[in-house]
Amino acid sequence: MSKHQITLMVNGLERELLVEPNRTLTQVLREDLRLTGTKHGCGIGDCGCCTVLMDGQAVNSCLLLAFEAVGHEITTIEGLADGNRLHPLQDSFIELGAIQCGFCSPGMILSSKALLANNPSPTEEEIRMGLSGNLCRCTGYQKIVEAVHDAAQKMKGASS
Amino acid sequence: MSKQFDVIGKRFPRKDAPAKATGQAQFVDDMVFPDMLWGAILQSPHAHARVLNVDTSKAQALPGVKAVITAKDVPGTKYGVSPARYDETVFAIDKVRYVGDEIAAVAAVDLETALEAVSLIEVEYEPLPALLTPQEALAEGAPWIHDEFPGNIGGEVHQEFGDVEKALAQCDIIRTDTFQSKRQDGGAIEPHAAIAVYDLDGRLTLHSATQVPHYVQRTLAMVTGLPISKVRVIKPYVGGGFGPKSEATPLDLCSSFLAMATGRPVKMLYTREQVFLHGRARHGYFHEMTLGVKKDGTLLALKNRCVMDGGAYSSFGIATVYYAGSLLGAPYKLPNMKYDGVRVYTNKPACGAQRGHGGVHARALFEQQLDLIAEELGMDPVELRLKNIMETGDVTCNDLAMSSLGMKECIEAVRDGSSWKNKRGKLPPGKGIGMASGFFVSGAGYPIYRSETYHSTVNLKVQEDGGGVEVLTAAAEIGQGAETMVATITAEALGVNYNDVHVQSGSTDFGVDLGAYSSRTTLMTGHAAKLAAEDAKQQILAELAAELEIDVSRLDIKRGEVIISGEPVDITPIRTMYIKEHRGWNNMPEGDNLTFREASRLAFLRKGSITGSGAYKPPPLGGKFKGAAVGTSPAYGCSAQVVEVTVDMETGQVFVDKVTDAHDCGQAINLTQVEGQMEGSVSMGLGEGLFEQVKFDAEGRVENPSLGDYRIPTIMDIPNIQSLVIESGEPNGPFGAKEVGEGGIMPTIPALLNAVRNAVGVQVSELPLIPENMLLGIQALKKK
Repeated sequence: MSKHQITLMVNGLERELLVEPNRTLTQVLREDLRLTGTKHGCGIGDCGCCTVLMDGQAVNSCLLLAFEAVGHEITTIEGLADGNRLHPLQDSFIELGAIQCGFCSPGMILSSKALLANNPSPTEEEIRMGLSGNLCRCTGYQKIVEAVHDAAQKMKGASS
Repeated sequence: MSKQFDVIGKRFPRKDAPAKATGQAQFVDDMVFPDMLWGAILQSPHAHARVLNVDTSKAQALPGVKAVITAKDVPGTKYGVSPARYDETVFAIDKVRYVGDEIAAVAAVDLETALEAVSLIEVEYEPLPALLTPQEALAEGAPWIHDEFPGNIGGEVHQEFGDVEKALAQCDIIRTDTFQSKRQDGGAIEPHAAIAVYDLDGRLTLHSATQVPHYVQRTLAMVTGLPISKVRVIKPYVGGGFGPKSEATPLDLCSSFLAMATGRPVKMLYTREQVFLHGRARHGYFHEMTLGVKKDGTLLALKNRCVMDGGAYSSFGIATVYYAGSLLGAPYKLPNMKYDGVRVYTNKPACGAQRGHGGVHARALFEQQLDLIAEELGMDPVELRLKNIMETGDVTCNDLAMSSLGMKECIEAVRDGSSWKNKRGKLPPGKGIGMASGFFVSGAGYPIYRSETYHSTVNLKVQEDGGGVEVLTAAAEIGQGAETMVATITAEALGVNYNDVHVQSGSTDFGVDLGAYSSRTTLMTGHAAKLAAEDAKQQILAELAAELEIDVSRLDIKRGEVIISGEPVDITPIRTMYIKEHRGWNNMPEGDNLTFREASRLAFLRKGSITGSGAYKPPPLGGKFKGAAVGTSPAYGCSAQVVEVTVDMETGQVFVDKVTDAHDCGQAINLTQVEGQMEGSVSMGLGEGLFEQVKFDAEGRVENPSLGDYRIPTIMDIPNIQSLVIESGEPNGPFGAKEVGEGGIMPTIPALLNAVRNAVGVQVSELPLIPENMLLGIQALKKK
């Protein structure tokens, strides 16, 4: 398949790429840009560990062709921290034990970010709804819910 | 607890969490090597067939293909998990035994080319009758899946402790029940993966998503014929294991042979579908149990018959068929127990070990029977259990010694924590509350191969510039927190701060560690870490004592400072020396006490590098009967859970409202991580109870090989779990610690089933709890 030149906006940087039209956003992020924090778990949108943000919304990057991301702002887990200063969600996930094997964590954290952007004070039910597309086999989800709640509190404190 | 710890039992963040929260943590699929090739495997489309011919010529001719290997190109050495049942070869020789059995492998310049090459390999099959259930495989005249195993019986166990028939004759209530569970999948979010690198020194390095680098290393050496000194296995971060990653996979073996054939690194990944084809997860079990009690509720005798659907190869199954019997000996006093188990070969992917290995579904039936008997006796299920409970010091009829057992405390904790007394019998129709208990080994007492080997070694180096500690362990961090546990125990034993300990793990170069299975890491690796830290500490203190010209018994290290007992000692010369060595530096040591930084620097200056080493193996354990080794452990964790449910009477759907869980882990090394294991165990147990089931079509193909069709719990399915940590103080564990990772799943399914029966009166004899079956059960009861 012939390659085409596209420009993706990833983590605030314009990236020029030569990409076959059938390649997914997951593949291009992981293989071409070496942003391997975006995980590949199933390739068909079941597990959510390839979740990235597209214009702030959580999307399964395995269900998007890289071409479909042209003209949108993509944020991967690598783009969340500000240098060495982690995002409050990352801090809360670390502090409250919301991470075990860590394979779902990037997607889980990015889905949480999208959730809190739309709803800064979610109830437990809303947190669960917001993360219902991300599978975790290790934690039983409880500490993830607690971490999102904790981060929401911190972020409100920071913005007020 | 009376013991005061500085680091243990707190809630320090995991060592690996920052890397995992930022995307920096590397898993196998995240790694690339210069000049790397991609591999792919040709797998059988038939469940059972003779392989008449394999023609690879078209694949070989495809541009970009660098190697094609079949059974002709690799040794036919048989391997497997247990030497007692080595029944696998790298590629099928003459015959395939399940849909997915390996026939050939290809290495090519990219994955697309490798997959295209695989599609060009032509195989001539002669289909054979596929045996898809134990009934078919055990039937008179059924073909043998393996010539060496007549009648398709891969493992058979017959054990009796006490005299069951005599005891049953003395019982007032005897009941017999049956239970059928379905095959399940581990559901680790990371699929299996491997990258093999064969260097010009003739050394093979395999990077594998495995729970057991040590066993993979041995299997690779045995099958490739390379000296074990030339085989290194490195486990990067692993995205969950739960059992199905605890043996050498076809990816491990094929990538190694392809790397050796091409001289280039070879990467191989399973798709999610292939994870299901590989299997190695929980067996489907049929149990029939006869339980006898006296009218005062005293348990007297249990007869347990089990038939396990094993799949095409043994994997861990020879141990599983023992565990399905031996793990009922506790936590209740049960003087007479008879077990007859058989593991049957079928033409499906092999089953193996999964969290709670062998014990989960045996307990699912047994704990239901306890509730049914309590009902017949008019006793509260909690009271029946407490009446028969084992305590610390008790030994089971099959010689398992409970060196610590906070079982009673666990039951009382969930009873009180769930307000059991206010709820049981007082809930509206459709709502129910149920409980169950369980126990599990804290590490298998013996390695899988017969050996006097140490089970864990740990080596640590105190940094020469003072103040830090580098720990090397071959233990497998698979998400359960092995590195964090090792760091915590090291810090406590050495007397330094958690942040001053750095752990490297998962490489066979770092030592021997049997891996992450049988809930063994905290007790066994933890022991070795403690010994290594104490070794280093003694060396440092000996040098310090000599320098200060005082007796070493007056010295200790705590919280990063040197504690000197007795008369005051002048530490000024040591401090002055340290400060002189660091002219121009900031942050010089201060205060009345010498710091660990100064002490460890001094020790280096006097002695050279300070390295500590520790090695652990359990003492000889268990009885003398055949199979006595399986189920033995230096310690046993135990737990109790109360599950509360709502059953929709119109649809049959079961909703879990709340779980109250208590687990005796001996001593929490890290409280947050103990809770995490408890919550993860409950989640997995609820998934298996409520909806998990690997399904097959009539040709032996997996019908639901995806995480959409094979449903594991989402965040919407799992309720809040109240985790209560019980600490009984295990004398055989490091700082009193024992397991939590696997034992935590034991009570979940039976507590769920007991709650369902409490809600709607339906006794569940088949998993999973699909709404159709529930509804049929509810309707059948209404008709009565």
